[in-house]
Formats: sequence, C-alpha cells, structure tokens
Amino acid sequence: MSDQSLPADRRPWILLSPALVFITLLVVIPMAFILVYSFYENIDLAVDVPAFQFGNWEELLTDSYYHTAIWKTLRLSFIVTVLAAVLGYIPAYVIAMTRYRHKWLLLLLLILPFWISFIIRTLSWIHIFGNQGALNGLMNLLGLGDLPIQIMYTEFTVIVGFIHVFLPYMILNIYVSLEGIDTNLEPAARTLGATPWQAFREVTLPLSLPGLAAGSLLVFVLTGGSYVTPLILGGPSDFLFGNLVYDAVVTELNWPMGATLSFTLLFILGSVVVIYSRFMGMNQLAKAFG
Amino acid sequence: MTKKVDDTKRYEQLRERMGNGDMDRRSFFGLLGAAGLYTGLSGGIMTAMAKQARAAGTELNFEGWGGVVSEALRKNAFDPYEAATGNKVIDATFGGENEVLTKVKAAGNTNGHNILHNSGVTWYKRWVDNGFHTVLNEANIPNMANVMTAMIEPFRKITPDGLSAVPYDYGTTGIAYNTKYVSKEKAEELGAALLLDKELKGKIGGWGGDWANRAWYGALQTNQDPNDIQDWDAVWEKAREHRDLVLKYWGSGAELMDLLAKEEIYVTEAWSGRVAALQAQGHPIAYMDPPNGLAWMETMFVLKGSPMAEAEELLNFMLDPETAIAVAAGQKYPSSLDPTKVPMPEEVQALPAFDPTGKLDSLVFRDPAKWNTVEKEQSKMWNRVQKGG
Repeated sequence: MSDQSLPADRRPWILLSPALVFITLLVVIPMAFILVYSFYENIDLAVDVPAFQFGNWEELLTDSYYHTAIWKTLRLSFIVTVLAAVLGYIPAYVIAMTRYRHKWLLLLLLILPFWISFIIRTLSWIHIFGNQGALNGLMNLLGLGDLPIQIMYTEFTVIVGFIHVFLPYMILNIYVSLEGIDTNLEPAARTLGATPWQAFREVTLPLSLPGLAAGSLLVFVLTGGSYVTPLILGGPSDFLFGNLVYDAVVTELNWPMGATLSFTLLFILGSVVVIYSRFMGMNQLAKAFG
Repeated sequence: MTKKVDDTKRYEQLRERMGNGDMDRRSFFGLLGAAGLYTGLSGGIMTAMAKQARAAGTELNFEGWGGVVSEALRKNAFDPYEAATGNKVIDATFGGENEVLTKVKAAGNTNGHNILHNSGVTWYKRWVDNGFHTVLNEANIPNMANVMTAMIEPFRKITPDGLSAVPYDYGTTGIAYNTKYVSKEKAEELGAALLLDKELKGKIGGWGGDWANRAWYGALQTNQDPNDIQDWDAVWEKAREHRDLVLKYWGSGAELMDLLAKEEIYVTEAWSGRVAALQAQGHPIAYMDPPNGLAWMETMFVLKGSPMAEAEELLNFMLDPETAIAVAAGQKYPSSLDPTKVPMPEEVQALPAFDPTGKLDSLVFRDPAKWNTVEKEQSKMWNRVQKGG
C-alpha cells in the first residue's frame, strides 16, 4: 500500500504501534496485575489469598504512618530538585556557551559517572563523609575543630547522594535547551541597552525554562521513586515511600500491601507528571530533549 | 533410506546448483549466510558452550551472608570441592532469606537457587511451609554422623520424614563495644541496657534487618523471658528508646564490621563471628553475651528442584571434619560437628559461643512456636518503630 492511499490520521498510530505494544506489555499489564494484587489478602508471611477487599487501601488511607512517608518523600524530592536545578544550571550554561573546541569532552565528563555502578557511587560517600573519611581527614590535617564531625547517616548525606546521582540528568536537559537558543538573541538584547544580567534573566533564562522544567520533572520523579540511597546513606529517620514498599514486599512478605503502596507511589509520581503537563505541556518536554 | 549429507557436501551441492543456473546468486548467498549462522550458533558457540558445561560439571547456586563468611566458604569449602569433583559452586550473597523467598515467589520457581546458608529453625520452617524443601538422602551424607544431635533435633521435629538441610554452624547475637570508649566494667554492669546508654547517643548501632532480634533485646531490657514475652508494648517502647539513640541500623555483617571498624558506632548488638573477625584484624572491639543472650544455629538448606546427588555430595564435603574446621576458623563461627566426637583445634575452641560439651545447653535459642505465631504482627510493628512510629 502506498503512502498516498493511507489516511493521514492513521499514520501516527501505525508508527506508534510498536512502542504502544511494548508499553502495554511491559507497563500497563504489569501495573494492572499490581492493582489487582492490592485487593488480595495476606493471611500470613508470604501467604496471600485472592480476594476482593479494601483492607489494604483502607489502611493506607487511614494510617498516618503512610501519610508521613508521603510527606517526607515529596519534601525531600522538592529539596533535591531545587538544589539540582540551582547547581545544574551553572555547568549547563558554561558547557552551552563555551567556545572551547572540544565541547564533546565536557559532555563526556558529564556522563562519565554513568559508567560506574549507582550503588558504588553512593557507597563512595562513606569514604568521603565518614569519621575516617577524606573530609574529616583533611580537617584533621588542617587542625580544624573538634574532630571527627558526624556527617554520615543524616538527611544531608542522603541529599548529597541524590544530587550526585541525578545532577547529570538536570545538566543535560538544561544544556539541550540552552543549545537550542539562537546565539544572537543575547547580543541583540545587549544592543538594546540590557545589562548582561538583564539579558540573561529576560532572554536566556525564560527560553531555557523547558529544559529546566524537564530536568526538574526527571529529578523529582527519580528521587521520589528511590529507596536505596536513604538505605545506604541515611539514619533511622531518613526514609522515603519506596522504603515502605521494600519493607512490605521483602521484610514483611506482604505482597498485597506492597502492591497497594507501589500503586500509590505510581499514582503520586504520575500526578506530578500530569500537573507538569497541565502547566508546561508535554510538548515542552519534547523540546527539552531536542 | 535417507543418505546422510554433511555440511561440506551440502555446500558443494549448493555451489553446483548456482553454477548450473538452478539458483540465483542472491538465494545462494542467502542460504550460505543462514548455514553460516546455524553453524556459528549450533556448531560453534553452542557446541563450545556444551563442551565447557560438560567439562565444568554440574552447577550449584549457593546464597549466603557475604563478607568473611563467604570468603571462608569459598576458600575452604567451595574451591576444594570444585577441584575434587569438577562441579561448580556459584556463590552469591543476601541480606536475609526474605530476599531469596521474594525472588523465588516472583519467579514462580527456584531456578538459579539451590543451597542457602539458612538462618535456623524459623526460616527452615518457612521454607518448608512454602513447599520449597527437599528430602535429603542422609545415606549420601555420612559426615552427618558427626553433627551434634542438639543441632539436628529441632529441624527433625519440623520435617520428621527427612531433613532438607544439614546443620552447619552456630553463634550468638551479643553486644559489641569499642574498648577505647566503653569500659569492660561498664559493659558488664549494664548488660543489654548498654544499648540504651544515653551517654553514647549517636554512637549506637543496631541490626535493622530482623524484628525478632530487636524484640529479643527489648525483652531483655524489660526483664522478660524472650521466649515468653507477655508485654509487647513494653518491648517496643524500649525499641523506640534505642532508636532515638541509634546512628545507623545496619543491614549486613559487612556493614556491621565497617561501622565498628571505622568507629562510626561504639556499641551495637552484633554477630559473634563478625566481632571475632574484627578482633583478629586488631580492632579494639570486645564482645559479651548478656544473660539470656540470643543464640542461633545455621544450616545449609537445599531448595526444591536442586540436583540432589551433587548437593548431597557438596554437603558431605562441607561436613568433612577438615573442611568444617577450616570454615569455622575462617568464618569465626563454631562448627556443628560434635566436639566430643571430632576434636576441635584451639582456634575453634576459642571462638565466641563455642560449647565444648556438644549439647548447647548453655545457649538460649528462639522457640519457633512462640516467635513464628506473632511474626506477622510484630515484624510490621518493628518496621514502623524503626522509622519513627
């Protein structure tokens, strides 16, 4: 069949169909199973019976333990996102604006950490912030303060761990957005009397917002869905909603409750994406990715 | 009768057909490519892999506790076993058997899981209750004759028709403390209450991975019999008191050792063998078992679907006195072999919790009848308390 004879409005669906099939098989159907499992009943450790009851959902909605975890997750995700945005904009701007011939080298440096396991990168902070770590060692060498300073196993180290892992996502998104901006716009603003700061604030920054927003969305969602970082770098009170999912599934062997919590996490993070879409539009996300 | 044609002959026939004009050039190369692919996969890689697999013997997947325990098993048991039999032991680590059960349940089978360094009676019963157990042919494990009766009986009670595991080692979960910061006198005076010493706030650790361990210590701190807890609220109140002083709940033996060695924490409950390993490395860490301290025994558990003959062969090899003693000395946990039947070297006799009588009367183990029945409710409670609930 030739392209001419194909109705134009069917072509996107035909082109999308392989992706839709994969998404249906690998995301929609498994999530449907998880939703169904959330109505099952756990009668003993690792023993679940098929049922249609709302006990797990009722517990989730009425127990403040879960609400506290949701609040902690949203709060920490917000902090990490804001810090990553602030810390990520500067290197992204430098890489985008530099006249350095080998810009690819800077981008390579940015993605270099991805070659090392996420777990190992997270564990490495123990050797930096630990009592016998590099930072305390340096302070000891300089004769500073009452040492060692307890830095590890606090919310601070969890935030550092998250930013360390997710910052490249933010930088890359902002960089792609900055790269797409016409390089004549800032000089044009300058010729019209704007100071360098005004030209950046009123021209470059607004035009790079799609990248900033896309990076923020990614960092927020990735942080909100994490559980390993607080497990390794956090103290007893540093946990996210994902840690409750782990507890329910692995330590309590209560899969129906784990399914309920998993679906809730999906719903919360999905809502963030929907809110983003409402205010920014998903087409902005496409722009940010070039 | 069909004549057998080899690959060379087939190639010659194909070339002849193309030469005669019976086949176009494109089809010829297409068939040649397909033949090459087939040969590459089946004749080449697959045959090489099959040969390698045959040469390597049977593969047994082992999962255990990692760190010095894994090193001791690899060096003293698995490597010599592989050299002796040609079978291969693939060892991996876990933070607890719940991880393995979750994987097995998710997969719907035990593929890739054969032998577990099982943490004792409670989990032995769970594997059995979930139908993942086997029945070992003890005739194939003659070294079982040297294992302490006191270590076999609790498992025999659960599966009277045949064991699914061989008891392998035992130890205690006592209290480890750094002697640079905590005196022996203070530790012995406070006993289990040392974990609640406010002067050590921010320098106390705890095992986060086992609700029963925390509850056991809560019982000791409230003067209750751990095997007959009446007041659970009081137990969890002590766990909360402990939590507010804790820097970090550790999740593995390796993490426990790291926290103590780097002086992130000065006091924690700890596994006897891991502390012995730290002491052997020269760290100033002392160990004490408070009165009614928690003892446990471990087994090598064979999961359903495993190659039984090879698994039994490995277990017998591991229970051989020479191997078992070397592993005990390496992992710092006494062997399950009866010291009245198999003389133990001084190095093993000096290990924490070692019982020269072979009866284990001086150690207090969990009563599964008491602990398993409350596990669903209390393990959930512990997860909440641990996180500030």
